[in-house]
Amino acid sequence: MTDLTALTLAEARDALKAKTFTAVELTDAYIAAMEKARVLNAYVAETPDKACDMAKASDARIAAGKAGALEGLPLGIKDLYATKGVHTQACSHILDGFKPTYESTVSANLWADGAVMLGKLNMDEFAMGSSNETSHYGAVINPWRRNGSDVNLVPGGSSGGSAAAVAARLCLGATATDTGGSIRQPAAFTGTTGIKPTYGRCSRWGLVAFASSLDQAGPIARDVRDAAILLKSMASVDLKDTTSVDMPVPDYEAAIGKSVKGLRIGIPKEYRLDGMPAEIDALWQKGIDILREAGAEIVNISLPHTKYALPAYYIVAPAEASSNLARYDGVRYGLRVPGSDIVDMYENTRAAGFGAEVKRRILIGTYVLSAGYYDAYYLRAQKVRTLIKRDFETVYAEGVDAILTPATPSAAFGIGEKADADPVEMYLNDVFTVTVNMAGLPGLAVPAGLSAEGLPLGLQLIGRPFDEETLFTLGAAIEKAVGTFSPAKWW
Amino acid sequence: MSVDTATVRRVARLARIKVTDDEAERMTNELNSILGFVEQLNEVDVAGVEPMTSVVSVKMRRRQDVVTDGEDAVAVTVNAPVSEDHFFLVPKVVE
Repeated sequence: MTDLTALTLAEARDALKAKTFTAVELTDAYIAAMEKARVLNAYVAETPDKACDMAKASDARIAAGKAGALEGLPLGIKDLYATKGVHTQACSHILDGFKPTYESTVSANLWADGAVMLGKLNMDEFAMGSSNETSHYGAVINPWRRNGSDVNLVPGGSSGGSAAAVAARLCLGATATDTGGSIRQPAAFTGTTGIKPTYGRCSRWGLVAFASSLDQAGPIARDVRDAAILLKSMASVDLKDTTSVDMPVPDYEAAIGKSVKGLRIGIPKEYRLDGMPAEIDALWQKGIDILREAGAEIVNISLPHTKYALPAYYIVAPAEASSNLARYDGVRYGLRVPGSDIVDMYENTRAAGFGAEVKRRILIGTYVLSAGYYDAYYLRAQKVRTLIKRDFETVYAEGVDAILTPATPSAAFGIGEKADADPVEMYLNDVFTVTVNMAGLPGLAVPAGLSAEGLPLGLQLIGRPFDEETLFTLGAAIEKAVGTFSPAKWW
Repeated sequence: MSVDTATVRRVARLARIKVTDDEAERMTNELNSILGFVEQLNEVDVAGVEPMTSVVSVKMRRRQDVVTDGEDAVAVTVNAPVSEDHFFLVPKVVE
């Protein structure tokens, strides 16, 4: 039999429907691939027994003619998603041993559609990071390497395990989350496609909270069609999340292959940074040319508050995180380190349980929310956020349908390469993606080419609120022109 | 604005995170680097601008004020590091 893991999610879905192979055979192929790829450290918990049981149940439903939209398709789940009875720690030491007694809404939606769970995927601790190096379970290794090099590279973060697993074909697709770029940046670093939907499109219930006004669930997938299929199943209206929006979920897959003729694509001048590598600039121009040739109208636009998005983010996100992470106190779940009294126990537990980046952000958040500083930092940042959103509203009101930008300012870098860097230098990875979270908009990262060193580079498409369909249409047009990208297998 | 080591210690206390002298010193530098980075927000004219409270304008959903969950002490306490008879155990708080 040919390698079943080479198929895309859409191809595997159609083959299962045609009974070319069974869900158990497909799942076995993935379990074997995962075992051989442990060096990548993409999974922090493998659940092969559960996967086999789910695959058997899928085969029974296929035989009975009761197959769901994702019937028998093996997926990986980011460790941030609560999965009933299965390792859920947001890759933090402080959640040691936590096995929820409930299932997140998004993963429950996937299982209801017949998907098979392969395991939990590595990530930056509490989704705080852009390289997957802050995980308590160690760094994930990017399946991509520079031409002729055996240096291990980061897969990006925080959804680095999700991106690496999809790129290395250790699952058909993966769930991820994006607070400042955590879906789109790792997708760009691994040649995969990822979408952060509009805030409110997917339920946040059962996701370990980082920054509640920015967090949003989304898929990382092999190609644009697969991302569309996954998002359709993940999105829902959920009474358990009051920010989940009561709007019907469209058939995103139907948006693939539609003409882009007449669509107005904005090119924001503020995204042309000083010192941006020439190949990122060239990639952006290539994307512009592809969409223009496909019939889209290219217009130059201005989003004047762009440069303030990252500093505002580094007030808003840590502030919300410091509040959300107050719950880890050594009492209700996870790690407890004893102390001389209860406060000493809290302090010891949190000192031992949180990693350096998480502590840094909690301290920043606590500081900017503390008495006397709230107005100067948090309130001002929230006002700047209003201005960032207004920039987008203005260009959309002028008839722009979507915005094209680079996804990241560089290709993947080496593990440990930025270990001694200033924290701000690492934060700059998200300079193109963070505006989208601040404004609550949908953003799609699609691979568009390779760097001179042979590493994938991605473009980002930003859409109107709840217009993910246009992003899938445009992303598919770029993909049609450039193809898809896979790493050479070395593991 | 910048912080000194004493402020970092005070904030760490508020956040209930024990820090060593070395950590406090290192974190002072890191926090000042981040605070220096966010300083540029002061260039922005925010006069008359409403702070954002919700990225998507939605009306808060309401539901009937009825009990929809509960009566499951086992599920609530099963993940506690120390528990007894469905109670969370903590060091003595009240003398």
